[in-house]
Amino acid sequence: MSEAATAPRELRDSELDGPALSARLARIWGTQRSIVGWLSSVDHKVIGRRYIVTAFLFLFMGGLTAIVMRLQLAQPESKLVGPDTYNQLFTMHGSTMMFLFGVPIGEAMAVYLVPLMVGTRNIAFPRLNAFSYWVYLSGGVFLWISFLLNIGPDVGWFAYVPLSGPEYSPGKRADVWAQMITFTELSGLAVAIEIIVTVLKQRAPGMSLSRIPLFVWALFVNSFIIIFALPAVMVASTFLILDRLIGTQLFNPAEGGDALLFQHLFWFFGHPEVYIIFLPGTAFVSAIIPTFARREIFGYLALVLSLIATGFLSFGLWVHHMFTTGLPQLGAAFFTANSMLIAIPNGLQIFCWIATLWDGRPVWRTPLLFVCGFFFIFVAGGLSGIMLASVPIDTQVHDTYFVVAHFHYVLIGGNVFPLLAAIYYWFPKFTGRMLSERLGAWNFWLAFIGFNVAFFPMHISGLMGMPRRVYTYGPEMGWGDLQLVSTAGALVLFASFLVFVWNVLASLRSGAVAGPNPWGAGTLEWATASPPPPQNFDHIPVVTHREPLWAERGGLPVVTGLSIRHRELVVSSVAEAEPQLRESSPAPSIWPLIAAVTVGATFIGSIFTPYAVLWGAPPIAAALTGWFWPKNTPEDEE
Amino acid sequence: MSTVRAEPQPFEPHQARVTRDLSGLPTYGFGPKSPMWWGTLGFFVVEGMGFALALGTYLYLVQQNPHWPLAPIPPDHWAGTLNTLLLLASLWPNLITDRHAHAQDLGRVRRDLVIMSLITLATIALRLYEFTGLGVRWDQNAYGSITWVLLALHLTHLITDAGDTLVLTVLMFTRHATGKRFSDVSDNAFYWYFVVASWLPIYVAVYWIPRW
Amino acid sequence: MTTGALALRLLPIALALPLASCNLVQSPLNPVSPQARDLLWLFWLFTAVLAAIWLAVMLALLMSLRARRTFGADPLAVDPRRESRAGILVAGLAVATGLAVLVLTGLSFAGQRRLFADEAAAVTIRALGHQWWWEFQYENADPSQGFNTANEIHVPVGQTVLVKLESTDVIHSFWVPSLMGKVDLIPGRQNTLRFTAERAGVYRGQCAEFCGLQHAKMGMLVVAEDPETFARWREVQSQPRLEPATDEARAGERAFVAAPCSMCHQVRGTRAAGHNGPELTHVGSRRTLAAGTLPMSRGNLAAWIVDPHGIKPGVNMPLVKLDPDELNTIAAYLEGLK
Repeated sequence: MSEAATAPRELRDSELDGPALSARLARIWGTQRSIVGWLSSVDHKVIGRRYIVTAFLFLFMGGLTAIVMRLQLAQPESKLVGPDTYNQLFTMHGSTMMFLFGVPIGEAMAVYLVPLMVGTRNIAFPRLNAFSYWVYLSGGVFLWISFLLNIGPDVGWFAYVPLSGPEYSPGKRADVWAQMITFTELSGLAVAIEIIVTVLKQRAPGMSLSRIPLFVWALFVNSFIIIFALPAVMVASTFLILDRLIGTQLFNPAEGGDALLFQHLFWFFGHPEVYIIFLPGTAFVSAIIPTFARREIFGYLALVLSLIATGFLSFGLWVHHMFTTGLPQLGAAFFTANSMLIAIPNGLQIFCWIATLWDGRPVWRTPLLFVCGFFFIFVAGGLSGIMLASVPIDTQVHDTYFVVAHFHYVLIGGNVFPLLAAIYYWFPKFTGRMLSERLGAWNFWLAFIGFNVAFFPMHISGLMGMPRRVYTYGPEMGWGDLQLVSTAGALVLFASFLVFVWNVLASLRSGAVAGPNPWGAGTLEWATASPPPPQNFDHIPVVTHREPLWAERGGLPVVTGLSIRHRELVVSSVAEAEPQLRESSPAPSIWPLIAAVTVGATFIGSIFTPYAVLWGAPPIAAALTGWFWPKNTPEDEE
Repeated sequence: MSTVRAEPQPFEPHQARVTRDLSGLPTYGFGPKSPMWWGTLGFFVVEGMGFALALGTYLYLVQQNPHWPLAPIPPDHWAGTLNTLLLLASLWPNLITDRHAHAQDLGRVRRDLVIMSLITLATIALRLYEFTGLGVRWDQNAYGSITWVLLALHLTHLITDAGDTLVLTVLMFTRHATGKRFSDVSDNAFYWYFVVASWLPIYVAVYWIPRW
Repeated sequence: MTTGALALRLLPIALALPLASCNLVQSPLNPVSPQARDLLWLFWLFTAVLAAIWLAVMLALLMSLRARRTFGADPLAVDPRRESRAGILVAGLAVATGLAVLVLTGLSFAGQRRLFADEAAAVTIRALGHQWWWEFQYENADPSQGFNTANEIHVPVGQTVLVKLESTDVIHSFWVPSLMGKVDLIPGRQNTLRFTAERAGVYRGQCAEFCGLQHAKMGMLVVAEDPETFARWREVQSQPRLEPATDEARAGERAFVAAPCSMCHQVRGTRAAGHNGPELTHVGSRRTLAAGTLPMSRGNLAAWIVDPHGIKPGVNMPLVKLDPDELNTIAAYLEGLK
């Protein structure tokens, strides 16, 4: 057997036990306590934590832009901001929420939790993971610095041509938007591949497909949607940059190009994007409901199939964003049917969750409160989505505040409420301390009431004829009162986030100590200390049930035989999770950061001159070679 | 109040029951056993989507315009045809490289990698020459733009594969040429199949649809 | 209080709100054409069905939150009979969901066919989108009877109007909700829409696709009037401008033609023949200025000429230096172009 090239005298975890083993593994898997060590970390928990904190910072920034817009619209003919600032604000709001918060937050939670839930020691391709984070951070910082320098994009988060093209958007603003897309999509794609491979190949022995936690299934399907959808927006933004910078004519109708082409490419990504944002929400809900209903999930198989069906169907809906562009009527009707069809798997999920609660004994804690808020808001948003799926109805409500109301019900209901539930749920795992339940209740009720007061009236504003993306309106239009109510609601919603931040900061210092499994939950992340040690698990567990901690009351069975000389993890088969390899896992490295810096400099440089791509290529190649070149560490030589 | 200390009892670490010892498992594998193989497959999907959408754009523009190509003559296809033949012919040495990597035959793998490096460099040179025969500039009209985009998009894949192959070739001549590197060589060969396969529809679109 | 109870309490308030407000100058809730009425009916039908579904789901959620599980503390212990009953129920609900969306899809498709039916049109108008105003060209078999106007169209009650939509720059969207749903104006394409106003009145519309800096101030008016009034209006519009009647207006015309104004604006019957800005031959007959931004009056005309960028920042109309006399006479002249 040529593959079994192991040293004859290798230190194994079977030779140590208890605290000695823990300490040794923690040393091998740990992140050095120095600036270089911090910048070189490849620990999925360290990077996941950075991802989560960064995404929340962007959520906060996006929220601030929303508040300024709400104040501007609170009364007719307000002079708080002018059209130029307002157009930048709503572009920044949409771009930040979709690209810097919406996609990354689901991936961020996955980066932290998926390896724990599947019982492995690190994510697949950990250096790529570090690289993705730095690229994401640079993209976000780049966008916001541009905004502060008054070259923030002002063409909407959708950047339709020809408005965003060379003729109608001179200057660098639209380029900033397009390159921010390149940054964030690159990192999003990389993380999606890491998660797919982690789920396929690094599951703990015995975690066959039917024992994968629903949380992991949801983020796994989500990663597939990402790798099929995100290339479309990268193609769209790249074509836009080419049209703007080197004079291609792809979107110019005068030279054989086509303006609607951009919309097709953008929405081929843009509709799946909604599910990229929503599927992590379902992941959180599916993890939280069994724990607080105190029974296993009802309809596991139906839920998995719903996720997969949603993934497929999400690619057949994009034209419903283009119903007013004058496409052939029969084609448009096909997309109506498809858009409505997706209600079936989504409905099925809701029914299964309610059935689980129905047969359970609900334990009232903040995560369950937020999950109930999710049901209330998301179901309403999903149903108003059915109205938008109808071509004739859409011609009246498209691009009005009705749509603004609808998608905030979907996105805040389907992502942010489950996310807050998830933070209350996993905060003890992340930090070892509980969040305050009292502040949690305040947080929930302020968010719930604020949200509905802010967004419900927008349905009516839309029906009263108020279009989206207007910086002002005349008093004679009669929208002022409703807009004022919306602004008041938005302020309450914002206040709820201040309560949240307060809760997090206070609990970090003085929250109750959590212990490994404060909620008595059943999945593997609760089988290790809170916060988890660098190696996640001292011994890799063997999984015998979908809820291993509920099934194995006497302690989890484990496997041994992994190295304690260097980083090693178990690679298992795709379907049955039968162990196949003891593969080494990369050690920390500064090269991913260097590579991200060279890539970022090239992207930003290319806005100013196409030759930046040529100048940037050698440093990028050097950084990548440095990254992959063996360093004489035991990990590399295995 | 803040914790649910109800049944079942919190799980205690260190109560581990050992059910199996994995020390006999190999430390690397080939093909679907290797996570890197799956990662490569993931990148195929991403890049394949990029190709598919660029090709879709090409066909969309063909259908939007009453005449195609938007140039007096279709592109000269000889350099492209030659390149296509070279790419197809390279599948054989690529297969051989993969086989020798599986057999962990260092001497032959070194030779094969040198051959594959030269082939990738030759296809890049030919590709650069292809641009001269297109008969249209990228900024002339949408036809020129999408033709250049398709060729350039594939060129970037040739270049990244060439870089990857060259680094691996050098690596195999150093003392690091052990064990897992053979798996890397195999994954690199896997990637080349994708580079060749993705070229064929582009070849048809760029050189033959304008002649239709 | 539970979320479900809150939902029940919010709902009537929510439904009452639109009825309480009565300013529906630009609203799908105030339909005056068969097309818009059909749309509103479909909207309320969907709303009723979907609201009922939402209420049912919330009710189920509310009931599910009562602790009713009585057996064992083990979260993995389930009663197989209850499980299979629940399975049948959930499957039945999924099938019901499927049926509901099937019916709604059918209703939607039927509505779509009615909405976009090809009908012979009595009046054909070519609408050209500009950043940030509307150019309207009334087509006529006899080209001398055709004419251009801006930001305001008149249509005859009871007759079908065909609007051909094109854009000269970026994407805009033509939306007069009382008459018809919106359709986009896309460079390089021509879209169409049809409507038939059933009641005389003035209906406001607005660009509904973000089109740049002044997207917010790209309004228009549709004036529906009885066919005789419309025919008279049409006759007047197709004529050259009214001869200025006063000395002041005559001075205004001289100043207008001499000033840079004439480079962008046309006034038929004078040497002013620019095409970059709105046609002004009968500007004084329009109800608003600057694409629905200001009511038409002599004072507003002067204000607009003096400070276009204060009223509509970023507008393409440049600031033209005029002395106060010229300004006054030009405003008087334009106001007189009925």
